[in-house]
Amino acid sequence: MALRFEILGRFNRARAARLTLPHFTCQTPLFMPVGTQGTIKGLTTDQLEDIGCQIILGNTYHLELRPGSRLIDELGGLHKFMNWKRALLTDSGGFQMVSLLHLADITEEGVTFQSPVDGKPMLLTPEESIHIQNNIGADIIMALDDVVKTTITGPRIEEAMYRTLRWIDRCIAAHKKPDVQNLFGIVQGGLDPVLRDICVRGLVERNLPGYAIGGLAGGEDKDSFWRVVAQCTAGLPENKPRYVMGVGYPLDIVVCSALGADMYDCVYPTRTARFGTALVPEGLLKLKQNAMATDERPIDPTCSCMVCKKYTRAYLHCLVTKDAMGSQLLSYHNLSFMMRLSRDLHTSILEGRFPEFVRGFLRAQFPKGDVPQWVRNAMEVAGIDISECCASAKCHTPSIQEPPIPVPVEVNGVVQQN
Amino acid sequence: MRFVVTKVCGGGGKARAGVLHIGGGIETPALLLSTRKGLPSFVSCDLLASLPLPDSLLLHVCPTHFIEGPPMKTISNIGGLHRMLGLPDHILVAAAGDSIESLPSSEATNKFGASFDTPSGRRLVKPSDYMELVSCMKPNLWASLADEVPAWVTEKRNKTSVDRTLRWLDACISLDAAAGANSFGFIVGGSSIEQRRLCATEVAKRNVSGFWIGGFGLGDDIEERCSLLNAVTDCLPPEKPRLVSRLGLPEEVLEGVAAGIDLFDSTYIYQLTMGGFALIFPVDMVGREMQNGLFNNDGGDSTKINLRATTYRKDTSRLVDSCSCFTCQNHTRAYLNHLLNVHEMLAQILLEIHNTHHYLRFFRSIREAINVGEFDVFRQQFVKKRRAHITAAVL
Ligand SMILES: [Zn+2]
Ligand SMILES: [Zn+2]
Repeated sequence: MALRFEILGRFNRARAARLTLPHFTCQTPLFMPVGTQGTIKGLTTDQLEDIGCQIILGNTYHLELRPGSRLIDELGGLHKFMNWKRALLTDSGGFQMVSLLHLADITEEGVTFQSPVDGKPMLLTPEESIHIQNNIGADIIMALDDVVKTTITGPRIEEAMYRTLRWIDRCIAAHKKPDVQNLFGIVQGGLDPVLRDICVRGLVERNLPGYAIGGLAGGEDKDSFWRVVAQCTAGLPENKPRYVMGVGYPLDIVVCSALGADMYDCVYPTRTARFGTALVPEGLLKLKQNAMATDERPIDPTCSCMVCKKYTRAYLHCLVTKDAMGSQLLSYHNLSFMMRLSRDLHTSILEGRFPEFVRGFLRAQFPKGDVPQWVRNAMEVAGIDISECCASAKCHTPSIQEPPIPVPVEVNGVVQQN
Repeated sequence: MRFVVTKVCGGGGKARAGVLHIGGGIETPALLLSTRKGLPSFVSCDLLASLPLPDSLLLHVCPTHFIEGPPMKTISNIGGLHRMLGLPDHILVAAAGDSIESLPSSEATNKFGASFDTPSGRRLVKPSDYMELVSCMKPNLWASLADEVPAWVTEKRNKTSVDRTLRWLDACISLDAAAGANSFGFIVGGSSIEQRRLCATEVAKRNVSGFWIGGFGLGDDIEERCSLLNAVTDCLPPEKPRLVSRLGLPEEVLEGVAAGIDLFDSTYIYQLTMGGFALIFPVDMVGREMQNGLFNNDGGDSTKINLRATTYRKDTSRLVDSCSCFTCQNHTRAYLNHLLNVHEMLAQILLEIHNTHHYLRFFRSIREAINVGEFDVFRQQFVKKRRAHITAAVL
């Protein structure tokens, strides 16, 4: 085990912890920006450090395609290759194959897919995924799990969960660098509490350095989403980090942290930046809107990032979606926003004012008091009184601030249940 | 703005070193960094701060980039371009056109104003429009509006261009609150020595603080350029700075300096960066090689490398070993090769930083060569080395 996880403060289920990884000592809860191809789009590594990024995610599938894990290994690992001195996490590559490639198929052996280079059939086994990730050299590597497409329901979910458990043993056996890389197992089981429970128990038995909750953030209804998170965090060991995969909306992060999760990743903050949308305490600010052309205020007057200190909405309005600089500056702000959120979660838990922080967050996002029902339900389980943020207990207005994520994010099988 | 010539190369040479006093002092010959809507294409203000100072303070801004917005009133309310761009200490020099986003379209230009091809279509800019842009943006210096024409236009059209450019200069000065105190008078005249002389002489009579020499790099004959440039500078008073527009290749810069040019605006760095190139030519020839008598010890260098080439796939060296820029201090050729392969924007950010840094050092070397009275040797050696390499590459 190449990590230390020390809980520094709690509020009910929520925890603030120090996560010591081979390359960096992190504070949780934390958000991990996605640097698919060995770079966060439009930002230098110095800027990422300035903003406070602690862990960056790399996508194994993309990195294996270009420049190739053998080359990365030969040049000293991904840290050295991209000159990132803090922590890295790589995914297994399986999800991306299933979601990005046609004709991907899963058998007991692994994920078969057509090579995007020459069209030949290829096979990604748990052993191969771990081998590639060993070459890349991230602080945290992810087990290959059985990825179920979002449209599928029924017995396939059960099969995928059991296969994920069988594959974890192959991953553990194949892992050559447990002293410097931490293998996280992924809890599967769709929205079925019984399957999730079996999977949690099975993984906990393996005594892994950390655990991820997979198969979420793929379009399931929000009430199902938080219930799975709450169930898994309750069943996972206290002294290990818990990572909810593919979660990146600020509201989701706050709710999951209240339920005892520690780590998150999503392409959303940088992707939405490239489309001209800024994250602000009130929700989203669309800089393309005509009203922004004459708005002399910064994106977020409460944000102390370089972009908010220097630039007006009016200037950013003329850059976004047209000039590279627009997406650079907006990505910078959006990641700053996510890092500030992570820090605020950590310090408010540490300083015993987590409920106040959550209430302040919800008041800003829902000034009319229309906090979605699923958030109210989740906060009840988290033991956080948010009644003062809610206009009326009967108000069932659904959240309107979250558009569906336009591209696949880290999801490992999702069931729509109505 | 105050300009002082500090050294002129001896022996009939015209190359000169000087200091442009705005805020602090900027030594010339110097480069104006090209911008897109006021900022370098890929270098944000925090990264801009890592470039050599004060060399990197001069920016060429195009008021015409803001035709689509923000509205002039908003820019004015924000406090002008310096405030809007978050660059309070930079020296912003405004001129209507550039070589990328706001190209002069001479066939659409008429007696009322100059026409530019912009990403949002063709736009006619009258002197009054232009001066309103200038007064709201408050650049440190501005060039007057010109009717720039390519080299292949008729003699008649070329004459019209000179007439209009002079008329618009008077119009701009009359509309300027400072009556031209911070202006660069625009000089055109195409490929006609006579028209060039006429235009330069007339502009020199106006209340301008410097000269913006345009109409080059628009299909002109490289063989004729030297005599045209000299014809212009011969007509200009020595105590005012001269900028030549669109001549940006290292050889062109050296040619301009030899003709007595002090300032250059150039999209060369942008073009290199977009092509995946990094400048690598030695820039410290004067400081080191000449003093050590190594000047003729030709290492067979080229001026630039294309990082898309597969030979850099595993190359863990820096772009330039001795370079102190952010890119060279932090990243390898192999990483840049990868970023270009996968079309990641960081490639352009890192290349623009290095190329800018490198080119500013080249300008510093030029100044050093002038100051030690060795500019002609410096120029000859540079061109010879470059030719030798090009010949070798062709063979
Ligand atoms: Zn900000
Ligand atoms: Zn460099």
